[in-house]
Amino acid sequence: MKFSRRTTMAIAVVGALALGSTLGACSSDDSSSGDSGSTTLDPNTKVTLNVVGLLPGAKPEAQQALADEVADFQKENPNITVKTHDYEWKATTFAADLAGGTLPSVFEIPFTDAKTLIANAQIADMQAYLTQLAYASNFNKNLLQYGQGSDGHVYAIPAKSIYAIGLHYNRDLFTQAGLDPNKPPTTWEEVRTAAKAIAEKTGQAGFAQMSKDGTGGWQLTVDTYSRGGRMEDGKKATLTNDATKASLQFLKDLRWTDNSMGANFSYDWSGINQAFAAGKIGMYTSGQDVYTSLVQTNNINPKSYGLTMIPLSGGESGVLGGGTMAAVSSKASNNEKAAAVKWIDYHYLRKYTNEGAAKKNAEIQVASKQPVGTPELPIFTQQQYQQYQDWIKTYVNVPLDQMTTFTSKVFDAKLVNEPAIATQDVYKALDTAVQAVLTDKNANIDQLLTEANAKAQRAIDAAG
Amino acid sequence: MSALGAPRGTGDATGARGNHRPATSGRPRRRDPMTWVQRGGLSSIVFALPLLVIFGVFSWWPIVRSVVMSFQKTNLVGTPKWVGWHNFQYVLTDPDLPTAIRNTLYFALLALVIGFPVPLVTAVLISSVRKRKGLYSALAYLPVVVPPVVAVLLWKFFYDGSADGVFNTILDWVGLGPYTWLSSPSLAMPSLVVEATWAAAGGTVIIYLAALISVPDELYDAAEVDGAGVWRKVWHVAMPQLRGVLLITFILQIIGTVQVFLEPYLFTGGGPANATLTILLMIYNYGFGSSLGGNYGAATALSVMLAAFLAILSLVYFKLTSGWSKS
Repeated sequence: MKFSRRTTMAIAVVGALALGSTLGACSSDDSSSGDSGSTTLDPNTKVTLNVVGLLPGAKPEAQQALADEVADFQKENPNITVKTHDYEWKATTFAADLAGGTLPSVFEIPFTDAKTLIANAQIADMQAYLTQLAYASNFNKNLLQYGQGSDGHVYAIPAKSIYAIGLHYNRDLFTQAGLDPNKPPTTWEEVRTAAKAIAEKTGQAGFAQMSKDGTGGWQLTVDTYSRGGRMEDGKKATLTNDATKASLQFLKDLRWTDNSMGANFSYDWSGINQAFAAGKIGMYTSGQDVYTSLVQTNNINPKSYGLTMIPLSGGESGVLGGGTMAAVSSKASNNEKAAAVKWIDYHYLRKYTNEGAAKKNAEIQVASKQPVGTPELPIFTQQQYQQYQDWIKTYVNVPLDQMTTFTSKVFDAKLVNEPAIATQDVYKALDTAVQAVLTDKNANIDQLLTEANAKAQRAIDAAG
Repeated sequence: MSALGAPRGTGDATGARGNHRPATSGRPRRRDPMTWVQRGGLSSIVFALPLLVIFGVFSWWPIVRSVVMSFQKTNLVGTPKWVGWHNFQYVLTDPDLPTAIRNTLYFALLALVIGFPVPLVTAVLISSVRKRKGLYSALAYLPVVVPPVVAVLLWKFFYDGSADGVFNTILDWVGLGPYTWLSSPSLAMPSLVVEATWAAAGGTVIIYLAALISVPDELYDAAEVDGAGVWRKVWHVAMPQLRGVLLITFILQIIGTVQVFLEPYLFTGGGPANATLTILLMIYNYGFGSSLGGNYGAATALSVMLAAFLAILSLVYFKLTSGWSKS
C-alpha cells in the first residue's frame, strides 16, 4: 500500500499538471474564439484590445491624457476594452518582441520596415477594415504606398509623426554663448561656428550626434542628403559618395579640431533627447516632431526650445523624411482587427479629418498640459492639414513662434525617403564609421566608408 | 533501469547484463509490471518526469533546434528552407567576425589577468584574518547580489566621460584625466572587464574560501614551525590544496568570458566602432539586431561553432591537465 499510495500521489500531481496545461491552452484559445469571420465588429461581442501607449517613463500628465482618451473611446465603443502598454520602437528589440509574441495587437513601426514585415506575413491585412473609414481614399499616396503589399492591399496605416528632419537647438545656450536665438544657423559652417561658441562659453556640447543602434547611420544619411548625396542607387550601395565623406569630415572637425561635441559619443534617440532637454547639448538633428516627446518624457523647458531647418547645400540636397505607421499583429482575430481599426481611427487619424474630434482631442491634451500643435507633415492633403491647424488654433500650446524658421520653409524643401533596401543594416554599417570618427582622432574616413559600403552591399544582396 | 526490479543476489542479475539464456534450473523469474510498480519503478519515473520535461523543453530541445536551424533559412513565421552550409559560409565571410574574435579573446585575456588573481588574493586574505571572517565574506559576495543590469547602470554613471564623472572627479584630485572611458576604443574594453570582475569575483571568492578552509590547520602550523611567512604558506601549502579547484575555475572562467554578452551589450552596444563587439553580441545582432527579423540561421550557425570550439577547448584542457589535478 505504501508504494501504491506514492504512485497514486505522483499520478495525481502529473495529472493535475497535465490538466493545468490543457486548461491553459484552452484559455489562450479563448482569446481568439468567437470570431464572426466578418470585417465588422459584432456589437454583442466583447473584445479586449492591447495597444501601444506612451514612451516608457512618460510623465503622469501624459498618462492621464491617454487614460482619458481610452475612457472616451470605450464610452463610444462599450464592447471594446483597450489596454495600453508603454512602448518605444527600437531596432534592437523589435524583432525579438515580434517573434516572441510580446508586442500588443496594435503597434507602431517606421515606414521603412512595413514592406518586409508584409512580405514575411508578420502583420495583418487591414484593407477590408480600412475601407470602412470615410477618409480611406484620402491618404497621401506617397505615404500609403509604404504600407501596401504586392497585392495592393493596405497592411500598415500611416498614423503619426510624419516628419522631416530638423535642427533642434537650445535657445538658452545660444544666448549664453552670445548668439542670437532668433537667427539660428542656416549653413553647416554656421552650425560649426555656433557649436564652437557654445562649447567655449558654456562648457556644454555645442553639437551632438546620435551614433548607436542604427541611429548613427540614420543621422549620417540625413547629413548626406542635406549635402546632395544618396546612400543607395537601386541595388547598389553608394556609401562612399562625396557628401557622406564631407559629413564625416564635418563631425571630425567639430570633435577633434574644435572640441565642441562634449564627452558623450554614444547617444541613441532617447539618450540624446534626455541630454538635450537637460541643457547639455546646444544643437542636434532629429525628426521635427520630437518636441512632443521632449515634453512628455524629458520635461524640457519650452522657452529653451528652438527648431530650424537643417542646412541644405547643393542641387540634389534634400531633407530626409519618414514617419510611423500603425500595424496589427498577424495573429489578431477578425474581431480584434475590427476593433483595432476603430482605435487607429480614434487615436491617430480622426482628429485630422473631423473638427469635433480635433477639438476634443486637443481639449484632452491641453487639460493634461500636453503639447498641442507640434509641427508635422500631412498624412492626407496639405489643405486638410491646414484645416486641422485652423481647428485647433485656439488650443495650440507649443512655442510655434520659436519654430518659424522651420515651419515657414519645410514645405518648400525636397523630401527624400530613407534608403529603400536593407535600411536598418545600411544604418548599422554606417554606425561604425560615425563612432570611429567621434572616438578615434586618426580615423581614416575613406577606409571606414569603403568597409561600411562592403557591409551595406552584403546586406542589400542578402535582402534580394 | 533493467536492474530496478531484480533483487540482489539472485541468478537473475545476469539478465541485467543482457544475457537472456533460459535458466537451466527452476522457472525463469517473470518481470511482473505490478511488482515493478510496487517496488517504486513507476513513481521513480513520475518523479523524474518534471525534471526531464523541463530539461527537455528548455535545454535539450533548444539545442537540437539550434543545430537544425543553423542549416535553415527561417523567419520563424513561414516554412523554413534548407540551405546546407550557407549560414556557416555567411558567418565565416563576415568582415566583423575577425574583430569579434579578437575582441572576445582580448576580453578573456584581460579577465584572466585582472579577474583570476583578484578573487584568489581576496580569498587568501579573508581566510588569514582571525576575526569577522563572515562579514568580509559577505562584503566580498555583495556585488554578486546586485542585479547585473543595475550594476551596469551604476557603473555607467561612474564611467561618465565628462569632467563631472565619478571616476574622472577622483582622478582629477591627482591631476589625471578626464578620460572618455566608454567612448574610447582603447579604454572601453578594460572598463568593461573591471566592472565584470567586480560583479563576478564574489562567487569565486566563496569557492576559494571553501577550499582554503578545508586545508588542515596542521599543515599551516608545520609550515610556520619551518619559518614560512604568509605568502610562502599560501604558495607551498594552500596553492597545492587549491590546485583542483583552480583548474576548474580557470576553465569555467574561460568559458564564461568567451561567452561575454551583458557588459558589451549594456555598456557600449559593441562600440565605439566595434571596439567591444564580442562573438555573443554578434550572435545577438544576427538574431535580433535588425528590426526586420533576424538572420536566425547565421545566429545559430555561429552559436554552434562557438559551442563546438568550447567543447573541444575543454576536452583538450582536461586532457592536458589531467595529471596536474592529482595531488
